[in-house]
Amino acid sequence: MRVLMFGWEFPPHIAGGLGTACYGLTRSLGKLGVDVNFVVPRAYGDEDQRFVRVVNASDVEATYTSAPVETAENELWRRVKFYEIDSNMVPYVTPEDFEKERKAFEESGQTCRHSKIGGDVWKERYTFSGKYGANLMEEVARYATVAAQVARDLEGQFDVIHAHDWLTYYAGMAAKRVSGKPLVVHIHATEYDRSGESVNPQVHAIELAGMSAADMVMAVSHLTRNIVINRYGIDPSKVVTVHNAVRFAEGQEIEVERGVKDKVVTFLGRITYQKGPDYFVEAAAKVLKRTKNVRFVMAGSGDMMNHVIRRVAKLGIADKFHFTGFLRGDDVKKMFAMSDVYIMPSVSEPFGISPLEAMKSNVPTIISKQSGVAEVLDYAIKVDYWDIDAMADAIYGLVTYPALAHIFAEKGLQEVNAMKWDKAAGEVLDVYEKACAMAK
Amino acid sequence: MNKTICFHFNVHQPLRLKTYRFFNMGKDHNYLDMSANRAVVQRVAADCYLPMNNLLLELIEQYQGAFKVSFSISGLAVEQLKHYAPEALESFKRLAATGCVEFVASTYSHSLSSLVEGKEFEQEVKADVALIKKEFGQTPTTFVNTELIYSDVIGERVGNMGFKAMITEGAKHVLGWKSADYIYANALNQKLRIALRNYKLSDDISLNFGCGIDADQYMEWLRGVNGEVVNLVMGYDTFGERQKGSTGIFDFMRALIGKIVATDGMEFATVGEATAAHQPIGVMHCPHPMSWTDEERDITAWLGNELQNEAFTKLYDMQSNIHKLDSNDFDYVWNFMKASDNFYYMATKWFSDGDAQHYVNPYDSSYAAFINYMNVLSDFQIEVEKALEEKKAAKKKTTKTA
Repeated sequence: MRVLMFGWEFPPHIAGGLGTACYGLTRSLGKLGVDVNFVVPRAYGDEDQRFVRVVNASDVEATYTSAPVETAENELWRRVKFYEIDSNMVPYVTPEDFEKERKAFEESGQTCRHSKIGGDVWKERYTFSGKYGANLMEEVARYATVAAQVARDLEGQFDVIHAHDWLTYYAGMAAKRVSGKPLVVHIHATEYDRSGESVNPQVHAIELAGMSAADMVMAVSHLTRNIVINRYGIDPSKVVTVHNAVRFAEGQEIEVERGVKDKVVTFLGRITYQKGPDYFVEAAAKVLKRTKNVRFVMAGSGDMMNHVIRRVAKLGIADKFHFTGFLRGDDVKKMFAMSDVYIMPSVSEPFGISPLEAMKSNVPTIISKQSGVAEVLDYAIKVDYWDIDAMADAIYGLVTYPALAHIFAEKGLQEVNAMKWDKAAGEVLDVYEKACAMAK
Repeated sequence: MNKTICFHFNVHQPLRLKTYRFFNMGKDHNYLDMSANRAVVQRVAADCYLPMNNLLLELIEQYQGAFKVSFSISGLAVEQLKHYAPEALESFKRLAATGCVEFVASTYSHSLSSLVEGKEFEQEVKADVALIKKEFGQTPTTFVNTELIYSDVIGERVGNMGFKAMITEGAKHVLGWKSADYIYANALNQKLRIALRNYKLSDDISLNFGCGIDADQYMEWLRGVNGEVVNLVMGYDTFGERQKGSTGIFDFMRALIGKIVATDGMEFATVGEATAAHQPIGVMHCPHPMSWTDEERDITAWLGNELQNEAFTKLYDMQSNIHKLDSNDFDYVWNFMKASDNFYYMATKWFSDGDAQHYVNPYDSSYAAFINYMNVLSDFQIEVEKALEEKKAAKKKTTKTA
């Protein structure tokens, strides 16, 4: 089995769980003998290439784009405004064509957006930004243009296309159109998870187009699968749940000298609506009314951070509630090593890999029932994200009763050690095979 | 009667905290950014304190008693000058020895302690008086509070400590139709005389000098004042720091002082002399704390949002523990933690989201300032509690053996 995979980030340049999951999965797929052509929008040149050949999309000359085809997807494609601008910039095969197009381009009053490298105006290089930017839609569309070229260049070298999350759905669809190979889309999060009910209609439209165009849809949890079926109206027979696993680098045990004697309860993640940081703060205030020997740490950054800081100040617990800002690498491990309780109170979490990392570090964990990972874990305390009393109870219990903390730490470690990407990769391979069979 | 001109300069340097993270807590009790503190103090000493002190010394000598000036200097500034710029401290001592310079008492740590109950405020003032006695050989009889913060109650407390006069802002919302250019009395303790800052003429030097004013112009404004005493109160960093030497601020001051000395009907006095020489013309009522900061002249620059209130409450909750400990090491930290600057960095009033609002703010945002301050404070709390327990244990032991 050979896969053309479109992702958005790859270790070590990771802003979220998506990159971690892609890495673990491709690695295990490699073990199963699957060839993976993994395309990322921006490669920095130092990726671990043992299991994956990294294609730097920015370096792929986009000399080809698929002609517009009148399909339902194309309709949606057109609804995105910038796409038409982007199509003006499609590189041209001959100087005459280019001249003609350039004039039309100038008359349309558009600003020229392409860069010319090495004086070769007949080949354009698109430089992508992997970060979420103001012109994200434009980047997504450009990425899709190049994806078509990648798919053509790699013709005969892959049997299935695998696209991770909406940013790469257009790319997957373009590759499918060019190659005729089946498309599998992988849902790590939906717009409903990210934005609650105030969904971005453009993003929603792209998600719907990707899921509709896909031969098979993989969701990271039943929770997410239900959203795909109920909110997007996708045929349940082609939506499969493949739970994430977790992969730990070898020899990552880290010794940390604990500074404070108090028990440490940690929230680690983006401080955004989706992650439920405000419920954690309220629960923390309740716990502090009952016991003084506990400190709370919120590690991360995000658009709700200032709001949360103000709330902590207002509750008068700022000397027991600490903020570390965004942590990376060893600081994350350090944070886990210093924690006595890990909490993920997400309002909506398609899966949620960080509790597994906490459990791997022997930290008893509290997760919200609204997280996908709750479907696969037995040894984590599960509470509704809005139930701050239950959350406070759970925290209080884990910091006050050593026996309870011990059970969750020990059994949790066993449980998380049993979760392997190899198993998930096997399930993914089944999905590939099913997709190929359906496409035939 | 002569019109009395009083120059009063505030000297203060906070100690800047280093980036102190949660990971530092319990392990690292050095809270200060020593290199930043050294760099700032040495720069200000070189650009401001030394050249301006030298100018003042020269003019005092030249006019032989006709030119006088008052200073207040925070304990934190003296401590830092001792370490990083002893020559600047020496030149302040030379000024004190001329007999034409009055050192006015203030809060040792440039704190907001006058806004809380308890002994803290009185203790700090006592410490500052002792410092002035030790370093400059004077016993202050005049007081100026941090950022000119004043209320009837604060004035009463100051009066009860035996001070004869106090400097504060000539705030419009307090004075109404009254003029700032007379001496007033505190409403609760009428023995305490109040000297008020003429904010218009003071700001013309400290804030607006760059707009191009010359000494003749300024003399015109001074002559236009109808009162008895004109108090020109400003941060000492006005000279050479806020208004760079290249703007001509030093030449302006030299010329202005010369013109005032030469003008009939005008005389220089220290604030203490002026408040002693002029009878209060009335009682000033100020039930709510005011200051010299911002358009509102209130205390919301330091205590205006949840962050500041929380940090302030948590800090002063430690008051009694610190007093119980009675340890120089802990007092040292306690003092720089109290500095009002810490709270100023957390203000959000000027911009909606508290972006770096001031040229001296070392933090990116009010929130960053708050987080860093609270991390340090939390560690300090732990250390204080530990030390208290040790002290208790030691006491028990000695009573047992006895």
